[in-house]
Amino acid sequence: MSPEKAAGQPGVDLQGKLPAPAGPDGTVPSRANLQRWMRWETGLAVLLIGTVVFGISVSSEFLSSYNLFSLGLSNGEIAIMVLPMALIVMTGEIDLSVAANLGLSSSMVGYLWTHGWPMPGIIVTVLVLGLVLGTFNGLLVTRLGLPSLAVTIGTRILYGGIAEIILGSNIISNFPASYTNIGVTAVPHTDLSFSALVFLVLAVVVAIVLHATPLGRSIFAIGANKEAALYAGIRVKRIKTGLFMLSGVMCALAGILYTFRLSTAEFDNGTGLELPVVAIVLFGGVSIFGGKGSMGGVVLAVLVFSGIQNVLLLTNFNQEGVGVVTGGLLLLSVLAPNIGELRGRAVQYIDRFRRRPIADAEPGA
Amino acid sequence: MRTALERRHHENTATVTDPRRSFDIVLRVREFGIIAVLVVFVAVTYGIQHRFLSGQNITFILFDTTIFAFLALGEAMVVIARCVDLSVGSVLGLSAYLCGRLFSVVHGIPIPVVFLVGLLIGLGCGVVNGLIVAVGRVPSLVVTLASLYIIRGIDGLVVGGGVVVASSMPSSFITMGKATIFHVPYVTIVVAILIALGAYYLRSYRSGRELYAIGSNPEAARLVGIRTGWRVFNAFAVSGAIAGVCGVLWASYFGTVDSTAGTGYELQVIAAVVVGGVAIFGGSGTVIGAALGALLLETINTALYVLGISSFWDSAIAGVLLLVAISLDHTITLHVTAARRKRGNRLVT
Repeated sequence: MSPEKAAGQPGVDLQGKLPAPAGPDGTVPSRANLQRWMRWETGLAVLLIGTVVFGISVSSEFLSSYNLFSLGLSNGEIAIMVLPMALIVMTGEIDLSVAANLGLSSSMVGYLWTHGWPMPGIIVTVLVLGLVLGTFNGLLVTRLGLPSLAVTIGTRILYGGIAEIILGSNIISNFPASYTNIGVTAVPHTDLSFSALVFLVLAVVVAIVLHATPLGRSIFAIGANKEAALYAGIRVKRIKTGLFMLSGVMCALAGILYTFRLSTAEFDNGTGLELPVVAIVLFGGVSIFGGKGSMGGVVLAVLVFSGIQNVLLLTNFNQEGVGVVTGGLLLLSVLAPNIGELRGRAVQYIDRFRRRPIADAEPGA
Repeated sequence: MRTALERRHHENTATVTDPRRSFDIVLRVREFGIIAVLVVFVAVTYGIQHRFLSGQNITFILFDTTIFAFLALGEAMVVIARCVDLSVGSVLGLSAYLCGRLFSVVHGIPIPVVFLVGLLIGLGCGVVNGLIVAVGRVPSLVVTLASLYIIRGIDGLVVGGGVVVASSMPSSFITMGKATIFHVPYVTIVVAILIALGAYYLRSYRSGRELYAIGSNPEAARLVGIRTGWRVFNAFAVSGAIAGVCGVLWASYFGTVDSTAGTGYELQVIAAVVVGGVAIFGGSGTVIGAALGALLLETINTALYVLGISSFWDSAIAGVLLLVAISLDHTITLHVTAARRKRGNRLVT
């Protein structure tokens, strides 16, 4: 994906002029981008405040502890999967197998439970399995050098298939209440669901690692320019593999929580969740080409996303319409940061159309 | 000017015969590969269970393939230009519902008009996608992910809890998809012709070749004067229009349409395209390959069913196949590039 990025970056074709020499490319736009993303996060924060204000005004239930709990509960697993996805996207890769991984983990919980395993053993096994699934993705992407978009569409089908083989059409739901209670009770003394708590803790850890450690800088560097990162001595493949492994474990964790929340294990648990996860990451200001973004933005995006969904639910707005809002925001997130640039391009485009008839009249051959 | 260019082009092809030929062979091998896997699969399944090649079953496989292969045609054009269209499933769903509804809103509406409406609905969606991608120069993955949600959301708002049922559509429309000649549905023949035309266009027309150029190197394509934005826009428009028509086919075939029609098709179609040998980052592959990819995935699906192997194995096998296909393509590409580089060096010296 990186060449496309280089193409899209500076104002390349002002009346057919060649782009400026590649020298300062790395530094100058990145500072401009920093400001741009700062602004995007401010926008997200404003949007979040707006959502909360709107929520309070339309429903007295919005800030009730039950609503806050269920808000966290229904979005906790997605939120957990968002964190590693954000890191992976920042390196310029993508992982579309997250939901399948969740489903397989959930199926595995059910399968092992029906085979009489003790629950702690199951949890450890499933987390290890998640690690294996993530490693498989990572190795295919880094060691074989395959595009992650294609690979993880493949493993998405594969993992989903394995889940189907394991569980077939069985639905397992006789989990012990001591575990499924995790899904229906809040963490003591708070309104947080367990999954939301896990998310918040992990988000803090990931944010610190990303923004305050050499590893975090490396992740940005890989996404900004893989070759440069490699020559700077960053272990590109190892870090990418590590992130896919992290994603695997996190998805397994999400799968376990998902199973306890619904107290059912089915092979198609979580089907289709990969796209909301990607959408939230992009909405949070992470560039699909990597190298840009922040954990603050991603966390805000999670909050805005779940907040809006919740408000729409409370106002009995047609649930199907949530997609319009989600998609609209996503579109806004890519268009808004460069609206000025866009206008310039639009003008240029119209210009090019005017000159077009002379350029070619070419049907075929 | 033109002739000079052509002559130079001629000289080029003359001197660079070697890698071209090797590249051609590789490409042919690539499609042969899919056909070989397909033949082996069919032969083995037939050997075990003769029922597999019964006329009824062939019809069944072909019809299921038709929609996917048709979608793959549009998707392949987009992917070849180094973009991706994730909205096809949603467009299909919207078109399927609206066109299905059309029969009860406008009584006695001719079927071709309904197809035209489906095409226009899809075209509209594709045009919007294409405009945003081409003019905004925003990554198509993000744009079409957004439009996937928006279109599905609009679909949901329009449909509400509604369902179009077969009885509300004219029987000629419902049976249209099932009409066959020698067990081959007419619809399949039409789609096959369209795919062949698409293949010819991409292979022999300048604008078709330009899609490959854009996919290989967008920046270089622009610098040599290809109107990349316009071409990409067109690819999205075509993909959308095809998805719209597929929606009508879907309504005809399944008879019942609710707001979930076509959910999740996008990744399946991309899977078929990639299995068929179209590189996910563009620049290589053919629409015939993509269609064969769709056929292969669908055949496996049915073969497992016929063999009495639990259909639960279906996805796992498709997943492995996809991974093998990507790895294979990658290896082939590496070889071809190496061969070209070698050849290029020799030309320089």
